[in-house]
Amino acid sequence: MTNVQQPVSLEDTPFYKKQLRLALRNCGIINPEKIDEYIAMDGYMALGKVLTEMTPQTVVDTILASGLRGRGGGGFPTGRKWQFALNNVSDKKYVCCNADEGDPGAFMDRSVLEGDPHAVIEAMAIAGYAIGADEGYIYVRAEYPTAIKRLEIAIGQAREYGLLGKNIFGTDFNFDITLRFGAGAFVCGEETSLLTSIEGNRGEPRPRPPFPAVKGLFGKPTIINNVETYANVCQIILKGAEWFSSIGTEKSKGTKVFALGGKIKNTGLVEVPMGTTLREIIEEIGGGIPNGKKFKAAQTGGPSGGCIPAEFIDTPIDYDNLIAIGSMMGSGGLIVMDEDNCMVDIAKFFLDFTVDESCGKCTPCRIGTRRLYEILEKITSGNGTLEDLDRMENLCNYIKANSLCGLGQTAPNPVLSTYKRFRDEYIAHVVDKKCPAAVCKSLLCYEITADKCKGCTACSRVCPVGAISGTVKNPHSIDKTKCIKCGACMERCKFGAIVKK
Amino acid sequence: MENINVKVNGVSVSVPAGSTALTAARTAGVEIPTLCYLKDINEIGACRICVVEASKARGLVAACVYPVSDGEEITTNSPKLIESRKMTLELLLSNHKKKCLTCVRSENCELQKLCKEYGVEFDDRFEGAMNKYDIDRSASHMYRDNEKCILCRRCSAACEKLQAVSVIGANDRGFDTHIASPFEMPLGSVACVSCGQCINVCPTGALSERDDTQKVFDALSDPTKHVIVQTAPSVRVGLGEEFGYPIGSIVTGKLVTALRRLGFDKVFDTNFSADLTIMEEATEFVTRYTNKDHLPMFTSCSPGWIKFVEYYYPEFIPNLSTCKSPQGMFGATAKTYYAEKEGIDPQDIFVVSVMPCTAKKFEAERIDHSAVKGLPDIDVVITVRELARMIRKAGILFRDLPDGEYDSPFGLGSGAGTIFGATGGVMEAALRTAVKAVTGKDAECLDFLDVRGTQGIKEATYDLNGNIIRVAVASGISNAKKLLEMIKSGEKEYDFVEIMACPGGCVNGGGQPIQPASVRNNVDIRATRAAGLYQDDLNLPVRLSHENPDIKRVYDEYFGTPNSHKSHEILHTGYTVRKKY
Repeated sequence: MTNVQQPVSLEDTPFYKKQLRLALRNCGIINPEKIDEYIAMDGYMALGKVLTEMTPQTVVDTILASGLRGRGGGGFPTGRKWQFALNNVSDKKYVCCNADEGDPGAFMDRSVLEGDPHAVIEAMAIAGYAIGADEGYIYVRAEYPTAIKRLEIAIGQAREYGLLGKNIFGTDFNFDITLRFGAGAFVCGEETSLLTSIEGNRGEPRPRPPFPAVKGLFGKPTIINNVETYANVCQIILKGAEWFSSIGTEKSKGTKVFALGGKIKNTGLVEVPMGTTLREIIEEIGGGIPNGKKFKAAQTGGPSGGCIPAEFIDTPIDYDNLIAIGSMMGSGGLIVMDEDNCMVDIAKFFLDFTVDESCGKCTPCRIGTRRLYEILEKITSGNGTLEDLDRMENLCNYIKANSLCGLGQTAPNPVLSTYKRFRDEYIAHVVDKKCPAAVCKSLLCYEITADKCKGCTACSRVCPVGAISGTVKNPHSIDKTKCIKCGACMERCKFGAIVKK
Repeated sequence: MENINVKVNGVSVSVPAGSTALTAARTAGVEIPTLCYLKDINEIGACRICVVEASKARGLVAACVYPVSDGEEITTNSPKLIESRKMTLELLLSNHKKKCLTCVRSENCELQKLCKEYGVEFDDRFEGAMNKYDIDRSASHMYRDNEKCILCRRCSAACEKLQAVSVIGANDRGFDTHIASPFEMPLGSVACVSCGQCINVCPTGALSERDDTQKVFDALSDPTKHVIVQTAPSVRVGLGEEFGYPIGSIVTGKLVTALRRLGFDKVFDTNFSADLTIMEEATEFVTRYTNKDHLPMFTSCSPGWIKFVEYYYPEFIPNLSTCKSPQGMFGATAKTYYAEKEGIDPQDIFVVSVMPCTAKKFEAERIDHSAVKGLPDIDVVITVRELARMIRKAGILFRDLPDGEYDSPFGLGSGAGTIFGATGGVMEAALRTAVKAVTGKDAECLDFLDVRGTQGIKEATYDLNGNIIRVAVASGISNAKKLLEMIKSGEKEYDFVEIMACPGGCVNGGGQPIQPASVRNNVDIRATRAAGLYQDDLNLPVRLSHENPDIKRVYDEYFGTPNSHKSHEILHTGYTVRKKY
């Protein structure tokens, strides 16, 4: 037993070393079903402080000074939202939590709700005090049963401890929270759709202005913040705005949780200070790209975002830099792509999602995204023309400018950003009728390299359509008119003689 | 309200704070095209045809819902905007059944008009998959062709906001979104009140009345049939619009001539049977008022209203007057009294109604209480629009027609009958006769102004020789519903209540000429058409139902007295509780 590996602290592993866990601080540390454990981690101290020592305006001022921006997508300054709602005089106001996390592959909100539900509840109560609301709604997707269960437990315990309900901390502040379950519509993550859905109607956006802070839920001033945004609030109250604003970049403060996925060794949630570069996330935290492949691009912002090509790998990630390079923060999906990814195919994948999730209310999104998808299909099936590319770009710009809500306005982003950064690939598809990454099946062809082929006949035996001919010990060949591009031959060949182009 | 200053395409205007860009533009003399927008009913910014540039907004905004602020500059017609709108139209067309040549709404289609204005050709720049739907012909009053639907949602908004029944709405999502009833039930199987308000607001040919014109043409060319026609009060004020007359024009004379030239054996006036209704209904009311029997009594002229009570408030069925509607009374009298008088077998009498209403088609199919067993009182109902279609098809130059007179014995109608077409009209007509019935003499002033006007709910109290009569009038089912709820809760007590299903009454019925949103948003067609009827009332020699000589004769010769046994057999009806699901 000479070679015992010394135990390494989790914080010192490459995966965690560069992370700074603020929003996720309690996740995996406390038992989320026990309020006492949350309280032991200073839970509900912020609420106590707010109710007993601060005025609503000083709470809003603190959030303003912290520089906290919305983590759900747009990055709107949270304090400004609260200030608007505070300024609006009304007999009734609401605080809403957007927990309708729907970006493919994103699950940061789920982790907070499942691992630290009280952080959200406490922050909502603080928000309620700040704007003068006594009622809150958490709109959580029904596909998160564990999150729902833990929220229900947490709300129950908070009520039992008098941390929700009437006269919280002996003050005259009342606040309670109701859960609402999403019915599976991505668009309900858009704030006005979310409100419409809570009101019991079909989840569809409504025009802004009026903004929710003026006329929101049931026509009353309302603030809507995302789960991760709320997860930062209590610490800002306890540790101060200065502490929070010392983290991050000039205009983006604090940390951001990313759902790291795709062609990367370490996948999962990573929380890093704003300003961390893509390279640090991919190479250090993520451990690089498997199988020695080359990094091609990173997709951020989910279906609303764009692709960041390798040349920007050293850009510090924050709201504004991402927008400047044609993508966006979104809710924090980060998908790494290597040379085997076709960018046209990626654009098509994300667009397919939006087409499916369009609510169908406005014309540009309902019909426009569908037509855009059809153009991409035409391109990837080898039938595209240069005119189609112009038509595609036109349509993208039109949908962006004319759609009713954020979903439609950002739907063309995956197409626009890939078209801007990887135009060659689009051209290759329509002019050369080739998919450079060899992904688009219609444009592929399988060929046998004659000098590598030993004539073992394995490929011709496995071919389900008899497209491969040749005699033993002589190089074989594939009849492209018969080939169905199933790839069985390539898989079977022991000599690497079959390539797809 | 304070005013703010904005500039539209460089023109300065002052508008009330909170005005939309659309209103500001109109104030500046600029028209912005709209499709989904319907003032007060559908303000959802969905179609995006009205996009404009606003100096204080990021990106393009929908003018119909965008509130302008002081000092803001609005641009409505830049090349970029025109291109945007054109593209929106091209996209709509890419999923639209372009059967314009044969469409019922051709030349009266808002989509077609805009495509023409914006120079959109059928070049199929965005050709792609199209949604396929079967035409829903299940309802007795209308068709739905979703392949022509542009999803403006005006129909579902009218159904929900004006009529509070919400039997249609958006189903599915994204490209598959379509308007339908819950669970894809056919319209004929849901609790639709058949009012047809959805048709009136549809910008395209997606919704249309069931076309029954061929049945009429067939009857007219059948030598064995004695084909007679009746025209509802508000037809005379609606029909002109189909032939280019200003809204509110009375065209009674030309209407009669046109019908005669179409080949009807007799042309009669529903105003006559409206007077007959008043005789019956006023008498019924006086009896019920005296006996305190199921008050308030509700009028029963509006078949959409009747269907609404049967579906949604069956507990109020005993409160409904048992009188058939004027349409029903006409048919019943035609197949009994008239048949006898003229010596024609009722089987050979074919009664056509020209109505401002789609629900009348449904009403005609209620044959449980028809006057002659086994025969419907009414054989075919056509709307004003269908009549216009028939006139055009027959090559009759409507505007050139000489004025004609209705035929006897149902050719005289009083002013009281004519105002049946407007909300409050039935009440006013009934009051004119009730005053006589209760006090023994006619009212000094025949104009009961309290019950006139387009407000959704009106109320008044009258003292007739110490009898206090509390009346209310509502039009539009959503207002009727409000009123019913107030009555139910005891908040309000009335003796006599008039309800019309369509907002503003029959002048705005679901069978009236369709005015595009560009007109509806700027002209109160209800008030303008009603004004025409009230003018007609003033011009008529007889303004009281009980003084109509044709009415006196029909009682003398046949029914005896109002609410006699015979009139109960023929002129009254019963109602059914209907299950919503």
